[in-house]
Amino acid sequence: MKKKIIELKGLEKHYPVFGGVLKRQVNSVKALDGIDLDIYRGECLGVVGESGCGKTTTGKAIINLHAPTGGEAIYYPEDGEPVDLAKMSNRQMKNAGIRSRLQMVFQDPTTSLNPRMLIKHIIAEPIKEQEKLGARELEEKIVSILEMVGLSRMHLMRYPHEFSGGQRQRIAVARAIAASPEFIVLDEPTSALDVSVQAQILNLLDKLRKELNLTYLFVTHHLLVVKYISTRIAVMYLGKCIETCPTDELFNNPLHPYTHALLSGIPNPEIAAVSKRIVLEGDVPSPLDPPNGCRFHTRCPFCIDVCRTDEPALIDVGNEHKVACHRQDMVHELVKEKYGIAGYF
Amino acid sequence: MAVLLKAQNLTTNFYTYEGAVRALDKFSLTIDHGCTYGLVGESGCGKSVTVRSMLRVIQSPGVIEDGKVLFSEKSGAEPIDLLALSEEEMEGIRGDSISMIFQEPNAALNPVLTIGYQVAESYLFHRVAEMSKKICDEIDAGVSQGLLTPFYRRMLGLAATNPKSGFLKFCSQVPLLKMWDKPLKKEALLRAIDIVGKLGIANPEEVVTRYPHNLSGGMKQRIVIAIALACHPTLLIADEATSNLDVTVQAQILQLLNDLKKESISSILLITHDLGVVAETCEKVGVMYAGTLCETGDVKDVFSTPLHPYTQALLTSVPKFNQEGELQSIEGSVPNLVHPPSGCRFHPRCPKAMDKCSTEKPELKELISGHLVACHYADQLIGGLS
Repeated sequence: MKKKIIELKGLEKHYPVFGGVLKRQVNSVKALDGIDLDIYRGECLGVVGESGCGKTTTGKAIINLHAPTGGEAIYYPEDGEPVDLAKMSNRQMKNAGIRSRLQMVFQDPTTSLNPRMLIKHIIAEPIKEQEKLGARELEEKIVSILEMVGLSRMHLMRYPHEFSGGQRQRIAVARAIAASPEFIVLDEPTSALDVSVQAQILNLLDKLRKELNLTYLFVTHHLLVVKYISTRIAVMYLGKCIETCPTDELFNNPLHPYTHALLSGIPNPEIAAVSKRIVLEGDVPSPLDPPNGCRFHTRCPFCIDVCRTDEPALIDVGNEHKVACHRQDMVHELVKEKYGIAGYF
Repeated sequence: MAVLLKAQNLTTNFYTYEGAVRALDKFSLTIDHGCTYGLVGESGCGKSVTVRSMLRVIQSPGVIEDGKVLFSEKSGAEPIDLLALSEEEMEGIRGDSISMIFQEPNAALNPVLTIGYQVAESYLFHRVAEMSKKICDEIDAGVSQGLLTPFYRRMLGLAATNPKSGFLKFCSQVPLLKMWDKPLKKEALLRAIDIVGKLGIANPEEVVTRYPHNLSGGMKQRIVIAIALACHPTLLIADEATSNLDVTVQAQILQLLNDLKKESISSILLITHDLGVVAETCEKVGVMYAGTLCETGDVKDVFSTPLHPYTQALLTSVPKFNQEGELQSIEGSVPNLVHPPSGCRFHPRCPKAMDKCSTEKPELKELISGHLVACHYADQLIGGLS
């Protein structure tokens, strides 16, 4: 039986919008609108979706970088009682020693590393928060972490600008693992990198996960990357999780029309397999005023009346596969009938 | 097929404090009429510099040192060298027969001008004579009658024969008289609405009155494409047109480009770092590394039998649908072009490098018909294949 590490129950994050003469709150951006998700120990959960659908907000809300406005985010530590992160303040998290267990790697390594700090100091910071070490021991520890991510002692006394993009992302990863975390949120860690370097970082992340028994939440919009690195995938649309299942299952048996559209939209680098596309009409609706019923109904090619009024629940269809769609049982036939697509492999 | 654009020995340097950045080193490229050409490579390899050099829009520390860009708009016509033209002649070509879709729609659109103004601008620049003639004909046919109609007729008659005349320029500065181009602007806006509507934007009459920040990323990209397509270019250069867009919007834009190619434009030069986009949309592909073209040919040939070690490595480092085992990565990183490696620029990262590679620069050779490679050892590879 897989052990849970994080459980989200209806997690919400609404950003207020102020307006009018008195600058009162007139509306709110519903970046996360009740998301249910289980994350198991030792897995890499990929979160995919279009920009603005709340992928990054999910990651930040879980580790309380942006305090959630509703719902629960329950963290099950390795030893000890489960705690609700959504109700904790930053100070409480730090005192309980949870902050160092949950780390994050940001999107662009150029902006997430302080340009005025030496690599040595960047990596020493999270270690110092946890334990008191002598200068020499500290340095040994930093070097061992750097070696883990493929850098060496000679990089200690340098500044971030002296490194290439791939090396900088390695430093950002080193900083995250320096706090010896259990869970790391990876927010598009490869989207700022070149393809040849991207492969290096993906391999490194995969190696570290196995060696250090980490759990990842891998946020990305690149589906082939997520397929390579993830064991499970959650698809998000407009602040909701609409489908979650193991990676192979998602690519073999997608049940939500949006997932079909995403998969058919991947440009395939293999020349033989030029597939047909599902091209969705229009854009993602504004999260200020999400549509009634199923959020995807405004762009869904298979929308029926019930979709416009009732919001589908995330139901388990077996095989660890959960989907939120009224017509999930006939999606394959509908896609085949309308677009002539039988599969994506 | 007839050659549309041919770049020969293009060399562009950027003079910075660190030294001269040799961004393009004797770069050659040929695009045929009716062809979709994909140019791929990692960031910093000189893809954008290539097209900017071709259109002569290189920015300040950059200098085009050497080379020729031969462009023949009609197939079989005498080619003209774009680098030898005057700036004024060049302005007539940019946006008319060659136009470009820029990378970042947020940066390419002016935030203080309406969408309609920005699209109509290309008509007001390139199509004054044609539009004036059309309006004159309409006035002669008696379509519109008004107090100022004779004045408009007279001025537009002048514009139809000589759109760049000094008298019209003078009139544009004088109060009251400067309203002579009012019908022209109206006509340009109508055309703008037409082209914006053709690009699949709902309700174009309303969209042209809005500002860029009112639109979503996908719509902004469509507007940028509309500006580029306004004058029906022979060659459309798309510089990372879909890189910042989501998968679903990217699918929309790629389909749009494909449809447009069938209807109106002759050739597309697609610049991208996404090998998948190239595989699905292009007929020919060129692979760039550190300012040089290392391999070019039909997409099918290059992707199924890559001959250059860099192309091979690039193709194996992209995750695929049926990925098995670990991803192969290229060791090291892209070289600094202030001090480019001697000989073959890929040799420090090349798994097959030998002594010759560090001293001699390989020439682009045609090994199989239509498939050119710049590698000393590619012919051995072919021997192995056959």
